[in-house]
Amino acid sequence: MVNLAVDLNGLSLKNPVMTASGTFGFGEEYEDFINIDDLGGIVVKGTTLHHREGNPYPRMAETPSGMLNAVGLQNKGVDYFISDIYPRIKHYNTGIFVNVSGSAIEDYVATAEKINELDNIPGIELNISCPNVKEGGMAFGVHCPSAVAVTEAVRKVYKKHLMVKLSPNVTDVTEIAKAVEGAGADSLSLINTLLGMAINAEKRKPSLSTITGGLSGPCVKPVALRMVWQVYNAVKVPIVGMGGIMNANDAIEFMLAGARAIQIGTANFIDPQVTIKVIDGIKDYMHRHDINDVNDLVGGLITE
Amino acid sequence: MHDLSQGVYMSKQQILLCNYTMSKKVELLTVTKNRRINDEYVIIHAASQDKLPSIYPGQFVDIKVENGPNTFLRRPISIHEVNESKNEIILLIQEVGEGSRLIAKLSEGDSIDMIYPLGNSFTIPAKGSKALLVGGGVGVAPMLILGRILKDNGVEPFFLLGARNNKILMELDNYEKIAEVAVTTEDGSQGIKGFVTDHPLMNEDLNQMNIVYTCGPDPMMRAVAAKAKNKDIKCEVSLENLMACGIGACLCCVVDTKEGHKCTCTEGPVFDIKDLKEW
Repeated sequence: MVNLAVDLNGLSLKNPVMTASGTFGFGEEYEDFINIDDLGGIVVKGTTLHHREGNPYPRMAETPSGMLNAVGLQNKGVDYFISDIYPRIKHYNTGIFVNVSGSAIEDYVATAEKINELDNIPGIELNISCPNVKEGGMAFGVHCPSAVAVTEAVRKVYKKHLMVKLSPNVTDVTEIAKAVEGAGADSLSLINTLLGMAINAEKRKPSLSTITGGLSGPCVKPVALRMVWQVYNAVKVPIVGMGGIMNANDAIEFMLAGARAIQIGTANFIDPQVTIKVIDGIKDYMHRHDINDVNDLVGGLITE
Repeated sequence: MHDLSQGVYMSKQQILLCNYTMSKKVELLTVTKNRRINDEYVIIHAASQDKLPSIYPGQFVDIKVENGPNTFLRRPISIHEVNESKNEIILLIQEVGEGSRLIAKLSEGDSIDMIYPLGNSFTIPAKGSKALLVGGGVGVAPMLILGRILKDNGVEPFFLLGARNNKILMELDNYEKIAEVAVTTEDGSQGIKGFVTDHPLMNEDLNQMNIVYTCGPDPMMRAVAAKAKNKDIKCEVSLENLMACGIGACLCCVVDTKEGHKCTCTEGPVFDIKDLKEW
């Protein structure tokens, strides 16, 4: 028997495979395809203090080996999550994280405080890296002082696992990573989407209503791997790596670069069963390489 | 095949309820036939190894196109018909981009990876109603299965199909087996010259209809919807918004409704125009 369980700073996951926020709904959308309980964790759709309608259509553009999105955190607000969604999903036997976003520090704090009361939510993922909202979101995550301020403020009220999701849209990701670690983050997840753009030349128009949006899919994987590697060498807290993971091999690359766990995002759209295939593929890799503990993969890159 | 074919009238709410509890699956089907019908269109039959689940008119499949950086996401394709005895889903494919061209190249024996059945359904009106089914271009696809189900339920359907010219018009036999078929072509090469909205069925004869269904290019559907609305006739449109997941997870394919943004993939693709903003 191989050990697949990983420890995120005191929070145990049955395996390192999680789903990325905004790509997996609340888990329910995938119940027809997989057993949610088989996953290490799920991060549910970005939640804000108040209802948000999100951005106008079109919100999506297919790009070479990936896609742009500009959903803009459409959600019905944290109170709706607590009253309507949470009772339906709290039975999942997996680590349920709520992705928390906001446009002001007080909003993040108020949302996190409410989620702190939910027994079956062991952690939140603080989203300081959403590129698709006009105010807040990524604005917090691209400068150290604001990233620290929001992380510290939430840390004061949130008593469980605090994962902070980092933006790749920065000059030096390690500076933000170290600052957020210092402000009390229990783990760091990266990367959120890369700010990008697509144009329809025939119409001379942008493909997205917001003109720019977040790029995801295998096209971002090399950038994501590089950033996970850099952050792994800069901080002590566990890293949850993501960015274009399509299969078990991609997941293992992220773990070798330093990720303790990984999140699968866009690939869920192409194969709603991909998460289970990745878990099986990691087991298969461990058998082939005679590795008994998945934790031995973490940061296991041979560089000399 | 399901309640609809047994002549049971189902309200939209009931149908949505069915869909909500109905399970979706991802499956490798086998192409059993690929027949070219003209320069732009092929009809593909794909067989499941299992008994097909209930499939409602207006629903779609989401097809994984193999290979290539430019066909990264699945392609949503409307269900044209089903052959229950052979467990076949029948799709009308228009070659418009790299994805649809690759799908159109599939041949007998090839596998085709689909998530299905997806989306809600057109509603079926009371027995004895008259229904106008207006399809333009590849938008005729769901009209065939809809026409059959309507007829099975005691509704009298009339097809009105539009195309640019007769070279890319559908084969009409299958529609004619179900109901009268009227045609418009933009160049007048078959039927009445002009758009579907130029046909008497959309004008002086529209009053006799109880419901209008439409699927096709956005300007066509809006023109059809405007005429139906003007005469206060119920009108359902099947939207084709860009989507990433097809199962209500990504929230990319939203349409602006009077109740806020709704997903075309799970809360549509069929909408009553009275529920939509700016229609």
